[in-house]
Amino acid sequence: MSYEATFRVWRGDAEGGELTDFQVEVNDGEVVLDVVHRIQATQAPDLAVRWNCKAGKCGSCSAEINGRPRLMCMTRMSTLPPGETVTITPMRTFPVLRDLVTDVGFNYQKAREIPSFIPPQGVKPGEYRMQQEDVNRSQEFRKCIECFLCQNTCHVIRDHEENKPAFAGPRFLMRVGELDMHPLDAASDSGLDRKATAQEEHGLGYCNITKCCTEVCPEGIKITDNALIPLKERAVDRKYDPLVWLGSKIGLRRG
Amino acid sequence: MTTETRPPEAADSTGRGVHSPGRAAIAQRHLRLDRWWLPQAVTAAGLLLFIGYSTWRAFFGLHTSYAAPYVSPFYSPCLAANCPKMAGGADWALFGGWWSLSPALIVLIFPLGFRLTCYYYRKAYYRSFWSSPPACAVAEPHAKYSGETRFPLILQNIHRYFFYVAIPVAGILTWDAILGFRDPQGHWGHMGLGTLVLLVNVSLIWAYTASCHSCRHIVGGRLRHFSKHPVRYRLWTWVSKLNARHMQLAWASLFSVGLADLYVYLLATGAFSDPRFF
Ligand code: SF4
Ligand code: SF4
Ligand code: FES
Ligand code: FES
Repeated sequence: MSYEATFRVWRGDAEGGELTDFQVEVNDGEVVLDVVHRIQATQAPDLAVRWNCKAGKCGSCSAEINGRPRLMCMTRMSTLPPGETVTITPMRTFPVLRDLVTDVGFNYQKAREIPSFIPPQGVKPGEYRMQQEDVNRSQEFRKCIECFLCQNTCHVIRDHEENKPAFAGPRFLMRVGELDMHPLDAASDSGLDRKATAQEEHGLGYCNITKCCTEVCPEGIKITDNALIPLKERAVDRKYDPLVWLGSKIGLRRG
Repeated sequence: MTTETRPPEAADSTGRGVHSPGRAAIAQRHLRLDRWWLPQAVTAAGLLLFIGYSTWRAFFGLHTSYAAPYVSPFYSPCLAANCPKMAGGADWALFGGWWSLSPALIVLIFPLGFRLTCYYYRKAYYRSFWSSPPACAVAEPHAKYSGETRFPLILQNIHRYFFYVAIPVAGILTWDAILGFRDPQGHWGHMGLGTLVLLVNVSLIWAYTASCHSCRHIVGGRLRHFSKHPVRYRLWTWVSKLNARHMQLAWASLFSVGLADLYVYLLATGAFSDPRFF
């Protein structure tokens, strides 16, 4: 079965743009990205849209559908209110390049600012041995497909451009958390305290745990509960818990 | 640090947030069609209801805070000389006679602080009272935002100390519920509807307290090698299961505390008498 739908797609570039209406056919079982492709094939050949896998795994097709940040390839037409106009805009936190395509370079910059895994002394690659229960937590975070929907939705930078230099965003604070929970990361041996730098250099304090990153994550990663709040608690250990701080100074065993 | 594709002066807008230069020029603050304001409104209504009720009871409830053998959770422990005499209960006049205000105010600071700094309630009131953000992808009204980076909100980091205090408080409420297995004259081995009310309340309080994010961190979350600490890992796994329900437990225990107090109030005013089971 197929029907005719009205799509309003934002078209333009950094100079300006507007929502443009399209009447387009929709077939059973289609996702929003299918319809955008049909618009491109039949009415607007120069419509810019980024996509790759159409399977929710590459993280390219992030956009905002009826004002909600989502993957276009994972949004079934049947889940949208029937008969209503479908509005699609690019992500509204990053600079727009053209139409639905934004410049997500901010996120690559933030990724580079997080010091990477520091291998333990005297263990060669290939000799790493870890217990499953010690890597479970990190493995949840490794499901990330780098769609940056969480970064796009976080009000810290979405609503406050001026916070971008100071705030790594949920995706990359989660990366700090992943490394701080990593059973073999040797950062502290080289003088890098990830618990403290999460707050001092990557802006953990800006997060007010309102969970929008978790709400939009297409991988269902519990970013706030499992990465950001645990990281806040770890920062408290270092900075606001005199007993734990003292223990670490006099060399009590770390877990 | 955005990688702008053109110099900022070429941009067309002087706005902030989603209207910042370089972002897609869309006039609306948001394009959501669903009732995004509903959860916030319900949360605000629920919290205001509780705040209103508990303020009234905390200030003016002293003479209706005890109906033997039950004590209202708002008035236990009761630490001033003007407390009602509760046989076997926590009426310790540590504050002596100079305290002339309601004794509930001395103790309620702690549960209040626990809930005010709770990660769930923070989310709830940041969203519903402070619109920060009002809902996901709905622009917030504030021109500046510094989150929990500075005073006063940086104090949210002391949550775990309130958690430590919450444990003895829950312990006292547990004792109060046990005292409920007496009849009004103080003989053991009886039970009434009030006993059940206090038991349900204290169970929910314990579940809320145990599901706390700080608790999850302290019992095991702070470790790196679960494999070296099997007992703490087991504990962490249990707390994590409860923690996933933290929001539900926060609401359930908030309502049960209010209802337990209301029950004692109704008994103390003689509105009805406690149905006794045995
Ligand atoms: S929980 Fe924190 S990081 Fe996630 S969206 Fe909210 S403020 Fe941003
Ligand atoms: S954490 Fe989730 S929302 Fe954020 S980039 Fe990864 S997959 Fe996307
Ligand atoms: S096209 Fe790959 S995630 Fe949508
Ligand atoms: S009580 Fe809610 S997080 Fe501690």
